[in-house]
Order: sequence, then C-alpha cells, then structure tokens
Amino acid sequence: MTKSFLQRDPIQRDRDMVRESRLVERTLIALVFVILALFFFAPMLVVFVEAGRKGLLAYFTAIADPETKSAIKMTLMVATLAVPINALFGLAAAWAIARFEFPLKNLLVTLIDLPFSVSPVVVGLSFVVLFGSRGYFAPLLVQYNLQIIFAWPGLVLATTFVTFPFVARELIPLMQQQGVEDEEAALTLGACPLKMFLTVTLPNIKWGLIYGILLCNARAMGEFGAVAVVSGRIRGMTTTLPLQVEVLYGGFDLSGAFAIASILAGLALVTLIIKTVLEWRHAADLAASQRH
Amino acid sequence: MLSGHKSSPRTRSLARLLFAGLLCGMSFGGLMTGTAQAQAPAAMLNVSYDPTRELYKAINAAFAAEWKTKTGQTLDLKASHAGSGAQARAIIDGLKADVVTLALAPDIDAIVKQSGKIAPDWQKRLPNNSSPYLSTILFLVKKGNPKGIKDWDDLVKPGVQVITPNPKTSGGARWNYLAAWGFAQKKFGGDEVKVVEFIKALFKNAPVLDTGARGSTLTFAQRGIGDVLIAWENDAFLAFEEFGTDRFEIITPSLSILAEPPVAVVDQVVDANGNRKLAEAYLQFLYTPAAQKIIAKNYLRPIDKSAADANDLKRFKDLPLLQIDRDFGGWDQANKKHFVDGASFDQIYSPGK
Repeated sequence: MTKSFLQRDPIQRDRDMVRESRLVERTLIALVFVILALFFFAPMLVVFVEAGRKGLLAYFTAIADPETKSAIKMTLMVATLAVPINALFGLAAAWAIARFEFPLKNLLVTLIDLPFSVSPVVVGLSFVVLFGSRGYFAPLLVQYNLQIIFAWPGLVLATTFVTFPFVARELIPLMQQQGVEDEEAALTLGACPLKMFLTVTLPNIKWGLIYGILLCNARAMGEFGAVAVVSGRIRGMTTTLPLQVEVLYGGFDLSGAFAIASILAGLALVTLIIKTVLEWRHAADLAASQRH
Repeated sequence: MLSGHKSSPRTRSLARLLFAGLLCGMSFGGLMTGTAQAQAPAAMLNVSYDPTRELYKAINAAFAAEWKTKTGQTLDLKASHAGSGAQARAIIDGLKADVVTLALAPDIDAIVKQSGKIAPDWQKRLPNNSSPYLSTILFLVKKGNPKGIKDWDDLVKPGVQVITPNPKTSGGARWNYLAAWGFAQKKFGGDEVKVVEFIKALFKNAPVLDTGARGSTLTFAQRGIGDVLIAWENDAFLAFEEFGTDRFEIITPSLSILAEPPVAVVDQVVDANGNRKLAEAYLQFLYTPAAQKIIAKNYLRPIDKSAADANDLKRFKDLPLLQIDRDFGGWDQANKKHFVDGASFDQIYSPGK
C-alpha cells in the first residue's frame, strides 16, 4: 500500500478506479436485499400466512370448493390452448425473421411486441368490440350460434393475445445469432427440410424454446386484466384462478381468496425454480436471448 | 448424416415430449368441454349486482331443491356479481344472462333501450314493480362512533372521511346520492343552492369513489379507510357480521330512501335457449313466502313478511323513507337531473379538490 498510485499493477488500478468504496458497495447490496424482502418476500409470505389463518382444514375446504376446482380447470385449459398456439406462432415468426429478408420485416418485429405495450384492459375491450353482441362479427356469430366473449373461447383469445410475444422474443435473437450454417450443411448433405428442422434447428433452439414456453405459461395462468373484461365472471364457469381470487375477496372470503392466491404463488415459485435451473444448466444456449 | 445420427435420439425424445404435451393439452380441452355438456341438465345464469352474492347463493339452493322435487330435474344455477351498471353493459355486449337481478330499474331499462334483449314492459310483469325485495341506505361507523356520526349533517363536517361508491358506475351509489340530496332538500326547505353546497361538501369529504358498492364496503371495513360508510342496509349488516360485531356500529339516519332492486327475465336469451319456463319460475319463486324468509335472513327487506323470522324482521328499523317516484319524479327525471353527463353530480364533484 505504500506504492504510489501509478506504480501499482495497472489491472488492479483500473479495477480500483471503477470500484466504489467498500462501504458504498456493501450498503448498495444490503439495500437491494431490503427492497427485495419488502417488495417480494413480504407479500409472498403474507399470501401463505393469510391462506393458513383459519387452519389447514379451511384451507383445503377452500381449495376443494367446486368453484375453485372449476377455476383451476379453466386456468389449465386456457393455458393448454394458449401456450401451444403461441409456441407454434413464436417458432414460425422467429424462423421467418431470423432466416429471411423481406420488406416490412422491422414492422413485423415491432408488431410482435405490441401485446407488451398495450394495456391488457384495452385488449379485453377491443375483443368486446369485435365479438360482442353489437360487435363487428356479431351477425356471423349469431348465424353460427357461437359465443366468444363471456365464454371460454374469449378467455383463450385474450390470454393468447397477451402472451403472444414470449416465445418469439426468446427465439428471434437466438436464431439470428446461430445463423444458417448448420441448416445449410444439413440440406447440402441431403436432409429434407422437415428432417433438417427436427434434427438441426430444434435441438439448437430447444432450451430457448422451453424457456419461452415457461414464461408464456406463467403469464397465461396469471393474466388478470384482459380476461377480467371478457369473462363475465360466471362463477364456476368463466372464472380463472386470478378472477376467482377477486370474486372471493369481494365475497368477504379473505382466507379463501388467499388460499387460491397461494396456488398462484406456488405456480410462480415452481416457474422461478425451473427458470433458475434452466439458466444455470443451459446458460450458453440461452446466452443470445438473455443478452437481448 | 453423421451429425444426424448423433442428435436424433435426443431430438426424437424431445419431439415425443412436445407431442405428448400437445396431446395431453388437447385431450384435456376435449374432456373439459365434454364434461361441461354432460353436466348441464338445465343451466341458468343469474346476473346480479354486488351485495347479493350471499342472498342468491341461498336462494339458488332453495329453488334448485324445490324444482327437483317438482320436476325431477337437476338444476345448475350460475351467478355473476359486479357493479349493477357494469353488469347491464356486459349483458348489452353479449353476456348470456337468463335473468337479471340488478340494483335499480334504469340499469334494466338500459338493456331494453340499447339491446332490445328485454321487452319494454318488463316492470309490469311481476308484482311490486318487479322488485321482490326492498332495501335502504344506512351508515356503518367504527365501534364507539368516535366522530359522533348520527345523521347526514355529520357527513359534511370538516375532518370526517366519507366512503361511498361512484354514482356513475354503481347503483348503490345513486341511492346514496339521492338519499343525501333528499335530506338536504328537506333541511334547507328546497333551497337548491344550499342543497348543492351540502352535497358538494359531502363529496369533498369522500377520499375515494369505488366503482361498486362491495368495493366501498371493502375499502371501509377491510382496508380501514374513512370514518363512515354509506352503504346498502344488507351490505352494512353483512360487513358488521363478517368483520366482527365488535369492530363496527350501524347508524340509522333520520331519513333515508326506499331502494327497489328490480328483476327481469332476459327475453331474447331464454327464447333462444328454451329456458323461459325455468327463468320465470325462478323469478316467481322470489315472491313466495319461503324465498321471502331467505330474503329477510339475508338482510334485505321482504315485501311479504308472513313467513319471515320475527328476529330477522326486528333488525329492520322503521325510518322515514324517500321514494323515487314520489320525491324525485321517477328514475328518468332523477337520472337527467343528477347522473347523466354534465348533470348535478358532474357539477359538484371534481376529483382531488
């Protein structure tokens, strides 16, 4: 430490120059933990504490309620329809954008992001305007006796729209970075396009794809705003888990509301764990999309 | 093909996994719709306003039991609850309600006018202007009544926080507003300038206007905001029971309003799905002594007291009640004067001031 500043190891010197003092560093780190504890762990904890407030029996009674079961089924159904649709679309969109040059490509990339920037409530309302009884498609729907909004197709539609970009957003940078060399090699070696896709493209992007599907699924199960507008809140029929939380809260059933919230919180935790494992095990494969 | 050999088992298992997942999802979806159809012997939807969740839960159970013994048919009675105005809008936009049970007649009239799904003569088809129960507006205060709130006068005092929903979206809030207006009119001998000043002062004391009556009740009782809640009588009682009788007190003002929540069959829907008989029987059931007893138990005022429990009836205080037709010239006139865009409410209320 007696050496003058310029005599010190140049690498260490540079490091010291960009480094804050120990105290500042530690304070900042502590602050992050405090903020996380206050804004993330405390609410999570409250959910589980409130859910169990009236005892385990009340908790399981709330979970076993036919309306809750119906909400769980509805949530799973919406996710099992919306997520594969978006996975296929995301794959197709990423493929088109990463592999081909075409006019208005940038516009397409921007449009894919639209669901992220539009408020979900606006999405829900626009579906009401399109498919409601006074909507643009009303005559057609009446003719074929179809019910879109205030029924499960509306929930699927709204959820699909809101979760649209997740898979595509993961795959586009990944596929752009990987380039076409592997695929060209497969083709020149005589593989048919389908075989090329299954044996070269898919293995290359699989962790990115799974990561995207995971995020898409988490959002699909937790979406509130858009589905709230198109649901009609028919209890035991068109309520998903997030809507059922609101229904029970409004019915003075606080512990019931928190019991269902705990299912959602549990889903979030599972998602978080899988996400962390994926990021840890397949960091290299995910690097491109992570950097984005 | 070297690389093909190397990666194909992995790929195949991945493809199989994806395929299995997809299949699983599809069969699950099929199962769902399948069971939904099989489980629906006679399904009917009642679209109602906010504070009737508990009432219709009890009514539905009683009606389903009665229908089963009468016809042998099992019923699947569904309910949807939200602010009365919001529910009317949802029905106009295509929510397939077989019956509506809303907070005030203009909301059903809106369905008539904007969608034609209900016949214009709906209010004449059932007794008592199609209102099977009545209610009124009371105050809920904290135990011990720390601010000494006894009547509408006390709500305009400085430092008193009043919780009431937004009359633009909530049916209950319109009853609240008209009750306060009627009180002020009486107090100031019809001096409209002073009445407007009074209502202005009242809403100046309102820190938040929720969209529905239940939202306001939760704001007051659950979140502990405000000194007094202007509430439906039944919601005041429910909150009183639900959150512990040691936490709140119900205050009966010197004057309130007679609330007449109406019901109607949604003609277009029941004619399309063949539920007319069931829907009409359901609404007529509300007028039977058995249902009136349930109504009284759930803190709504029955119109037929013959079968109601004396203990339930005792809870309803006798107080002078304003009437919408007698004192406000009917809903058409009241809405024009107070609640349409630019009417009295818009003039007195400016958020954040």
